[in-house]
Amino acid sequence: MTAPLLRIENLSVEFGPRANPIRVVDDVSFEIEAGGSVGVVGESGSGKSMTSLSILRLVPEPPGRISGGRILFDGADLLALPRNQMPDIRGRDVAMIFQEPMSSLNPVMTIGDQIGEAILLHQDLNSAQRRKRVLELLRLVGIPDPAGRIDAYPHQFSGGMRQRVMIAMAVACNPRLLIADEPTTALDVTIQAQVLALLKDVRQRLGTAILLISHDLGIIADSCERVVVMYAGRVVEEGDVRSIFRNPAHPYTRALLKSIPRLDDERDRLYQIPGSVPLAGSVTQGCAFRARCPLRVETCAVDRPPLFAFGPSHKAACWVTAEAAQARSAAEASP
Amino acid sequence: MARYIFWRLADSIPTVLLVLTLVFIAMRILPGDPAIAALGDNALPDQIAVFREKMGLNVPLWRQYLNFLHGVVTLDLGRSLISNTPVVNLLAHHLPYTIELTIAATLIGVTAGIPMGVLAATHRNRPADSAVRLYSLVGYAIPDFYLGALLLIVFSLNLGWFPINGGGDDFPSRMYHIVLPALTLAFLKSAFMGKLARTSLLEVFGKDYVRTARAKGAREGRVIYRHALRNAMLPLTTGLGMSLLATLSGSVAVELVFNRPGIGTLLISGISERDYAVIQGGVIVFALFVVVVNLMIDLLYIVVDPRIRVQ
Repeated sequence: MTAPLLRIENLSVEFGPRANPIRVVDDVSFEIEAGGSVGVVGESGSGKSMTSLSILRLVPEPPGRISGGRILFDGADLLALPRNQMPDIRGRDVAMIFQEPMSSLNPVMTIGDQIGEAILLHQDLNSAQRRKRVLELLRLVGIPDPAGRIDAYPHQFSGGMRQRVMIAMAVACNPRLLIADEPTTALDVTIQAQVLALLKDVRQRLGTAILLISHDLGIIADSCERVVVMYAGRVVEEGDVRSIFRNPAHPYTRALLKSIPRLDDERDRLYQIPGSVPLAGSVTQGCAFRARCPLRVETCAVDRPPLFAFGPSHKAACWVTAEAAQARSAAEASP
Repeated sequence: MARYIFWRLADSIPTVLLVLTLVFIAMRILPGDPAIAALGDNALPDQIAVFREKMGLNVPLWRQYLNFLHGVVTLDLGRSLISNTPVVNLLAHHLPYTIELTIAATLIGVTAGIPMGVLAATHRNRPADSAVRLYSLVGYAIPDFYLGALLLIVFSLNLGWFPINGGGDDFPSRMYHIVLPALTLAFLKSAFMGKLARTSLLEVFGKDYVRTARAKGAREGRVIYRHALRNAMLPLTTGLGMSLLATLSGSVAVELVFNRPGIGTLLISGISERDYAVIQGGVIVFALFVVVVNLMIDLLYIVVDPRIRVQ
């Protein structure tokens, strides 16, 4: 097996004073193959955005800081790089788009200048070549009349068009990894579908690996090969989309799946997970989901569950379901 | 855009008219008869009558008002009661000194203040930030006439580096004379602009587009100057307008301290000599200055903010 493009190992991110920190990302590990697509799903406060910001070392410092772990991109640890080398990675090897297309573009610069800047920073092109490339990118992301729009300002674009501009900017230098942090959350449903289709298209055409952060399992199921489920700063389940949707192993994932509304559903009320997400850093012992978990046993309050293997590429952090799965496979092994 | 400029210009006409009307009314409701004020309590009745005739005070108020407006438009603001020089000539002689002082003080204040604000914002809660904040505090606290006197005593009287008073004649001499008064006014201005730049930048630093700039690989210098500062220019432009007007009022005191022949000095001497025509002319110039500064700031917004440009 070849080395993955990105491997996050035991990443921890803390906020607040060093003496009494709040851990918002707690020992998170997962990886992305070159050209692959991984979705990270979780509720607000699950640490998914902080995890993605950590990759480019954009966690706002202070008050936050990356307190442990390694982020290997192409085998090199990004966290060990001198701070002044990070700008060379950002935008060139790893690019990022954000949740708010309304506020993520600079209001006083034309979109042509903003996309052109991404090229200017990493490639040796003169201004005419850059402009040509920007027009190409605008065409690639489906902005109608690129030549007429290149000198327009962000406020002259709709939300969906701005997100297209963000994507054009992100893929300007053909990065090998594109991190999309809730790229469609602020958009209308029809525009969501268009932007997701565009991301897929970009991935296919340019071979860019995509890390898609979302709170919406439906979006992830549609666009990703692998899923990482995060809860309270930890990875609770990880696997390929198919096994996670067919056989969710963690009670949290099961609950998430149950709360997705379906057209053939006859319930008049949607399922909701009882209780609420624990405050960041408030769970220091045992399983973070135990307070809301229908399966909890005594062990859950004492020992933090590691990620148990549920299949060749399927892992989940639950004492109860792991034991059940073990018992089942033992029974199958001895007829 | 041309239309915006046109309308903004047209917009200032009623403002100017209102200002002129206020000046007219203010001069008329001042206690006492201007003739008596000008000629003194012991003036003879026929002296007063001649004076009233000469000043156009014998016609109905509405005629006086129209005459006044006509005078303003044709640049005829009457003659000084003391020197009998046309007020317009006096203003034309004094105005350049005030304008050059305002420009010099603004240039120094802005070029010193904004980098200080950048320094403070990028070194938040560190020694550089504390130093800039302390500087701002001192700048706000020290009155300009006091600072002016201080500089005058130290650098002109004791060290002899700069002239003690006057405005200078030819260009080099005028620039030489302007140093201390300009520094005096620039001190408060740099304190104000520095503090404003710091606050505005800190706010902009938290914006999503600054994170976007970093995410595409821009280095800090570029993030600060190309992205953050350009957005912080909006509040800074407003601040610049306010500060320009403050400099104008500050220049009255500073002109007096340095004995510069500016509009402020003219106005003060006009008041002490009860020279009505001069006071009226000075007030009109100050009022028009306010209108012009506001107009300039509004036009500057177009340069700074593209969102205004296209509307």
